[in-house]
Amino acid sequence: MPDVLVLVDHDGERVHKSTYELLAAARRLGDPAAVLVGTPGTSARLKESLARHGATGVHAAESAEAGEFVGSLAVDALLLAVRTVSPAAVLVSATTDGKEVAGRLAARLDAGLLIDAVDLDSSGAVTQVVFGGSYTVRSEVSHGIPVIALRPGSFEPEEHPVEAVEHELVLPPIDPAGSARVIARRATPAGDRPELTEASVVVSGGRGVGGADGFEVVEELADALGGAVGASRAAVDAGYYPHQYQVGQTGKTVSPQLYIALGISGAIQHLAGMQTSRTIVAVNKDPDAPVFAVADYGVVGDLFSVAPQLTREVAARRGVA
Amino acid sequence: MNIVVLVKQVPDTAAARTLSETDHSLDRANTDLVLDEINERAAEEALTLKETTDAEVTVVSMGPDSALDAIRKVLAMGADRGIHIRDDRLQGADVVSTAKVLAAAVRTVADVDLVLAGNATTDGQASAVPAVVADLLGLPQLTHVRALALDAGRVRAERETESGQVTLEAPLPALVSVTEKINEPRYPSFKGIMAAKKKPVVTIGLDDLFPDADDTGFLVTRTRVLEAVPRPARVAGVRVTDDGSAGRQLAAHLIARKLL
Repeated sequence: MPDVLVLVDHDGERVHKSTYELLAAARRLGDPAAVLVGTPGTSARLKESLARHGATGVHAAESAEAGEFVGSLAVDALLLAVRTVSPAAVLVSATTDGKEVAGRLAARLDAGLLIDAVDLDSSGAVTQVVFGGSYTVRSEVSHGIPVIALRPGSFEPEEHPVEAVEHELVLPPIDPAGSARVIARRATPAGDRPELTEASVVVSGGRGVGGADGFEVVEELADALGGAVGASRAAVDAGYYPHQYQVGQTGKTVSPQLYIALGISGAIQHLAGMQTSRTIVAVNKDPDAPVFAVADYGVVGDLFSVAPQLTREVAARRGVA
Repeated sequence: MNIVVLVKQVPDTAAARTLSETDHSLDRANTDLVLDEINERAAEEALTLKETTDAEVTVVSMGPDSALDAIRKVLAMGADRGIHIRDDRLQGADVVSTAKVLAAAVRTVADVDLVLAGNATTDGQASAVPAVVADLLGLPQLTHVRALALDAGRVRAERETESGQVTLEAPLPALVSVTEKINEPRYPSFKGIMAAKKKPVVTIGLDDLFPDADDTGFLVTRTRVLEAVPRPARVAGVRVTDDGSAGRQLAAHLIARKLL
């Protein structure tokens, strides 16, 4: 079986769920092998959980400077690993960083790049959903080693315990003239909520929420459902909620099992970012809001009475269960 | 200072977009084309820097004849000159080809200090081209930036993504891609629109950018579309008007569908 390289997303202590999804997807094409960039000791901490999810090898590039250069070390590490094992494909998560790493790697390999895949078959053909869900496209790489960025949440993580063989990758020195250095870092206060693009439930608020304070209603429903909070561009532009939670054409694309839009009218740019959600619920005072045209369940009404009532119902059900 | 701004003309997101029957590429003939909004912000940032550093701003766009409209708009905003990359062989170009062509065009501008771009176009959304251009040019990449400052030959920028915010610093020359948070773009003035008509725009093709490549050497796409199927439009489902119990009804509906 050929190797399929998977770039590991992690925070130093924990492998991100999206990586387990990549390992599950990789097994359709061959033997998954993880490529890990981290500070010294990271591989020792993460190797076991990678092996438990099917990584037959861990190619580890450890450097005290890991994390100080956005993406660059990952590109170098993947390139070294590709040269070592001649993989059938390289998989990364289609996050902001992952898409850039995938692009840079594909350019260096002069290889085919498939970004934002939502499915992958054993021939290496991928499925993408384009134009905000208006087309499903199947594509394959016609030149070079396929470099594929998979949208987080598209695959189920699977436990598949194997022995992982460790390989050391020795990175080339960083070129200071060609690299931007991270000189300060402020983690996004994520709280206990799941990452927006990974959540199976997303509750989003729009202009109808009325203000930053009004988002409490959105957050309470999201927390009751164990979901993530999103926001429309109008709500973000009005300063109700931070930019990184924006769902839509110029924000994040989400595809959860359940999407609840509160006070969102449904501009086409917003719909583009959420209409591949399995089930869409909309609550809006305006019966003519365009969001109702895509909603599986639409409530014409005041979100400040409907959402808290739903929150109480959910909480009561969770309490009983 | 020499600043290059990379811009793209895209289908208006307010209009319907279709794929052509023949090659599954975007049917540009049947869509309204506009300068991508995020690129206007990249241009605005360049023009703001021009005001404080006396920079020369070159706007670069790759695309068919109509892309000249996007270039003229940025010239009308205040940029100094344009480069229009126009070559029929670039139809359907992928991320890697697009980045190679843009990087080659940037190399034709002498002594570039800063390359500015938008962080993602609203049509492709791969959001990878700026990083690849930087990689090909060997420039530090500062992408997804909401604020930047130049000082003493260095650029400092605030990068904001889903994984958090970081401050980046790099020596010039560098490439910066901006998010929609960076500024509010100016409108071209009437005077600017008139002046833009006299500003120089050179049109170049693949043979100018890659004189040593053989006729078949330039690979525009390394992927192949096997199938493109329009997805059925979502149809509206149940609709209720709140009579005071809609939250409870909604909970029951979600439970019935095993969503709770």
